Amino acid sequence: MLELQNISKTFEDRTVLSDVNLMVPKGATHALIGSSGSGKTTLLRITLGLIPFDKGYVKINDQALLSFTQVEWADRIGYVPQDGGLFPHISGRNNVALIAKLRGWRRARIDDRVEELRKVVDLDPEILSRFPREMSGGQKQRVSIMRAAMMDPAVMLLDEPMAALDPLIRRSLQQELKSIFQRLGKTVLLVTHDLGEAVYLAEQMTMLHEGRVVQSGTPRELLLHPANPFVSQFINAQRTLSDSGEVR
Amino acid sequence: MRRAALAGVLLAACLPCAAPAADTIVIGGKIFTESYVLGEMAAQTIEAASSEPVTRKLGMGSTGILFEALKSGAIDVYPDYTGTLAEAILKKPDLKSIEDIRQALKPMGLTISDSLGFNDTYALAVKEDFAEKHNLHSIGDLIPLEAGLRAGFSYEFMDRKDGYPGLVDSYHLNFSPQNVSRMEHSLSYQAIDQNAVELIDVYSTDAKIKKLNLQLLKDDHNYFPVYQAVWVARTSFVTQHPREWQALLALQGRISAEAMLDMNAQADIQKMPFAKIAARFLGSALPNSPGWLREVVHRTKEHLWLVGVSLLFSVLVGIPLGVTAVRFQAWGQAILLSSALIQTVPSLALLCFLIPVFGVGTKPALAALCLYSLLPVVLNTFTGIRAVNPVHVENARAFGLNPRQVLLRVVLPLASPTLLAGIKTATIVSIGTATLAALVGAGGYGAPIVSGLALNDVPTILTGAIPAALMALVAHGLFEVLGLVLIPAGLRRRP
Repeated sequence: MLELQNISKTFEDRTVLSDVNLMVPKGATHALIGSSGSGKTTLLRITLGLIPFDKGYVKINDQALLSFTQVEWADRIGYVPQDGGLFPHISGRNNVALIAKLRGWRRARIDDRVEELRKVVDLDPEILSRFPREMSGGQKQRVSIMRAAMMDPAVMLLDEPMAALDPLIRRSLQQELKSIFQRLGKTVLLVTHDLGEAVYLAEQMTMLHEGRVVQSGTPRELLLHPANPFVSQFINAQRTLSDSGEVR
Repeated sequence: MRRAALAGVLLAACLPCAAPAADTIVIGGKIFTESYVLGEMAAQTIEAASSEPVTRKLGMGSTGILFEALKSGAIDVYPDYTGTLAEAILKKPDLKSIEDIRQALKPMGLTISDSLGFNDTYALAVKEDFAEKHNLHSIGDLIPLEAGLRAGFSYEFMDRKDGYPGLVDSYHLNFSPQNVSRMEHSLSYQAIDQNAVELIDVYSTDAKIKKLNLQLLKDDHNYFPVYQAVWVARTSFVTQHPREWQALLALQGRISAEAMLDMNAQADIQKMPFAKIAARFLGSALPNSPGWLREVVHRTKEHLWLVGVSLLFSVLVGIPLGVTAVRFQAWGQAILLSSALIQTVPSLALLCFLIPVFGVGTKPALAALCLYSLLPVVLNTFTGIRAVNPVHVENARAFGLNPRQVLLRVVLPLASPTLLAGIKTATIVSIGTATLAALVGAGGYGAPIVSGLALNDVPTILTGAIPAALMALVAHGLFEVLGLVLIPAGLRRRP
């Protein structure tokens, strides 16, 4: 379970987040949605433990972020950066295994875990020996998910997983992602600006606007009963842009 | 880790031990023909009189370097001239007699012999046909020509009080400053021969006077001081090696000006080796010459040692400095600026600054090379790290890498192509700059280059210059290979 309570953050005089609450139950997939400048990137960095915050708390399974070091926290939250964020200088396999190696895992244990995750994300073994520059966008995403899941974290955090992909691949990877999440059985927080993606992948969503939560609920609730004009405006704008929204 | 170890082994392989042997008698000499001949003569004289091994450090640059070397004990004896000692060392130009100079040197722990038999003073020279055309006999005759006359004077002559400044005072000469060029002494002969200048300073026993048909202008005012050739030694050498010193003293008064001019001519014109000239004069057997191949091997070892050590230093110090410069803004600017400033100090000047601290020989040369090779490494480390996409650094932190691991696993590997390019630049620059080390007696490929320059002898210069160029080529190739090992495969250009 991932829990963010009353998170506030100011940069100098500018309030970026105020009293943000967000709760993802164990095993659920939750989307954090908002346009650029809404504060969602700041919230993501706070959740990862990368920057301090002024107020509130972040907890994973009732353990507070502030009681851990950055390194300890990182093992509890698996991060899939935008566009995969693979290190360009090492192979896919080494990207996946990097942290386990630094933690002193034995070779056999690493190999077993990599193989297990490779099956979960359904990746051709040959791809793992390639360097990131030799992979397609979808392949990079899968390798990045393997890396995030390697240390078996309680929570997975994905930042705009589809943003850099072309529409056709996007559609198929969305389906793929959904089943990967099911197979992993992790608590997932997905950060996105794409309503269709959020609707397709998440059971619950939270919309952020100017550093505040404007509405939380199931996609259906947001679509049918927008809490305020901004939410309906956001929804309408995206609906006319693409038809990928699949209302449940 | 394996990569680092491999790199260490490669570097270590580049550093053959070339530390100089201790406990030998070291003969110094300046960077002109006569000093080489006299130095060689001293060496052979001691070799004949004693069983102590003798090391020759001939061609060591200017008076200041030699004198520091003597005081610090890096050399034991070298030939010099009374005028030089009085003017450049004691700063008392009025000291004329050998006994006065000897007394004045005593508090410094130094002593000199009596005159070896000749006076090698400064003189001004023009070409014979030029002298005829303008009816020139003495220095005073230059006055009508002073406005348009082009002169090439050596650095030392220009700066010594008993050189150019006093000369123009004494003769009321008014050369126009833009017509007076400072140049390396050995090049001024070439300049006058090719009519680039009409007037140069020479030493009165210089063989090139004969070779180039130059005419010396008479010093009517007796302006130039007397330059009696003498041996200069540390007092402690004289007391510890009385037999060797006596052998050197036996040469007092034995070398006439004509004999010296002849020997200089044998070196400069007939290109006879210094050792052979000295042996002929002394009537002794020619010492075994090491042969050019062994000479090149020996110089290569010295050169590799200089380049290797300075490189190791620049890597071990330069990379951390570059990393520091990225991390701390204010420090960073200071570090970058000071390493850039070092680069602007001319190499000879830097060597001179370092002599009081490090003495003479390999140490100051290494120190200078270390300082010079710092900038490319620091700058490229800085630039390379700054060019690393900050997203990778933040991601690495998010994945749970600690700061050290972020640096070693992500930042440095990503910066490695730029970093390696910096080390390569440092190496190749070092190989070139290390040739200057000969001027402080550190040997290397610079030794033949320096003595070749003194003799204006191109083949000798090439025995130093060609291996140096080859070494740079080999270094270039080595770094290509090193790139394959050290730069992560994911960053390499695809073939």
